[in-house]
Amino acid sequence: MSHKVIIPIGPYHPLQEEPEFFRLYVEGEKVVDIDIVIGYNHRGIEELAEDKHYDQVTFLVERICGICSSSHPFAFVLAVEDLLKTQVPERAHYIRMIVDELQRLHSHLLWLGLAGHFIGYNTVWMWAWRYREPVLDLFEQISGNRNNYAMMKVGGVRRDIKPEDLPTIKKQIDKLIPVLDMFKGAITDDPVIKARLKGVGVLTREQVLDFGALGPTARASGVDIDVRRDEPYAMYSSIKWSVITQKDGDVFAKTMVRILEMYESINIIRQCLVKMKKGPIDANVTDLIPGEGIGRVEAPRGECFHYIKSDGTNRPVRHKIRAPSFMNVATNKVSCVGGTISDAAITLGAVDPCYCCTERTAVIAKTTNTKIMNGWDLIKLCQEKTHKLLHKLEK
Amino acid sequence: MSIKIKALSKSPWVFHVSAASCNNCDIEILDCFTPRFDVERFGVQLIGSVRHADALVVTGVINKKTIPLVKKVYEQASKPCLVIAVGTCSCSQHMFRFGYNVIEPLDKILPVSVYIPGCPPKPEAIILGIVKALGTLKKK
Repeated sequence: MSHKVIIPIGPYHPLQEEPEFFRLYVEGEKVVDIDIVIGYNHRGIEELAEDKHYDQVTFLVERICGICSSSHPFAFVLAVEDLLKTQVPERAHYIRMIVDELQRLHSHLLWLGLAGHFIGYNTVWMWAWRYREPVLDLFEQISGNRNNYAMMKVGGVRRDIKPEDLPTIKKQIDKLIPVLDMFKGAITDDPVIKARLKGVGVLTREQVLDFGALGPTARASGVDIDVRRDEPYAMYSSIKWSVITQKDGDVFAKTMVRILEMYESINIIRQCLVKMKKGPIDANVTDLIPGEGIGRVEAPRGECFHYIKSDGTNRPVRHKIRAPSFMNVATNKVSCVGGTISDAAITLGAVDPCYCCTERTAVIAKTTNTKIMNGWDLIKLCQEKTHKLLHKLEK
Repeated sequence: MSIKIKALSKSPWVFHVSAASCNNCDIEILDCFTPRFDVERFGVQLIGSVRHADALVVTGVINKKTIPLVKKVYEQASKPCLVIAVGTCSCSQHMFRFGYNVIEPLDKILPVSVYIPGCPPKPEAIILGIVKALGTLKKK
């Protein structure tokens, strides 16, 4: 008879920075089941958005997630522009794309570092985060802040990229290529990393489709899906690049997808810098009309979706957000089960979970009077039974 | 200066409590420990267990679900324990003040020693905040 042990992870633990709670059911070394409890990060952003006017909402949605802090406003402004059928100037499109791809670079480098930390390669963590700093410096130069760039605006962008900044951007992203080569070489050649990551946390193509997983998690399992190609927004249709897919679906494949995607991002930024012509950066939107609009953006973790319903006033009537991590985190339910506890950390981390994007809250009406018993309650019950028996005997 | 405070002001071990944050401040805190800033040089260390903590670094707004947890984490920490509020969210609730799930600012729940505003504060600002917190300890 096997013995089932429950290992609680969280909500405050050193594995991930955000509060979330996992319950691992373990038999010996093997994980047999997992419970995922989220909701610690819920701030009610959709409801808050309905109290703010459209220009304020861009700042609010930027604070949904600190790592995708350009994808959410990007999707939001696309939704509003879809509602208004605005013609955004070409230069604004390119600036948006440059910021979005730079953000993908910093997000993937960040994940690479954390993944190295999870498997005990703290050197990978330090190197990856060291090379992430120049990307953040670029953001500081372009937008004035290392994170939360505040570049997006309905109808265009808030500030231009100055001509004198272009050589720096080019130089810094060129410097990243040898770094990526180094990481790629280190990960494909190292037998220990291969042994730790190959065949761990496997997600099959069918499972990905069942869970509706998105982004690098899906692409690592051979699902060829990318909004930038499938439904091109901004100027992605005018740029030559390719969608990276891998077949295996394990953590190794997810790592490779992310590393190879960084090359593509650099490729896209280079083409944008060449194609960007001088011109206006803002369409100066003044009026709003009643209606609906959607915006889809490929965030570093997958498709980010925003829906806007307007009644013609300056505030959205309904704002719906769907972030990719909500589906990706759920895949842990199959990828973790069957593995060992020592692989759980990297498997949970492999989807690049971002709980602040995904938080939902549900209010459950209590219908039954269930009570959770602690040790003292059990002892009390036991004693009561003895007392009852004693009473009977006395009679 | 009592021996406890003298020991605390030498090399503070920090425990990171993310209430309901957007990840930005959390990343910037982690960034302080990576090569460019590297506060481990000064003996500041990020630790895994709250029971070893000299300082709690709290980020994000406090919502209904995290309020009991944050209190519990503070109770488990050995005293004296500094509480450092990082980011505008934990200092003053930022733009989430009127959210239905957000109830109280952090300083109504825990005794906050230092406020580091910014969205997110730069790693330099976080380091400066911790240095100032230690400075106030030395004056005691």
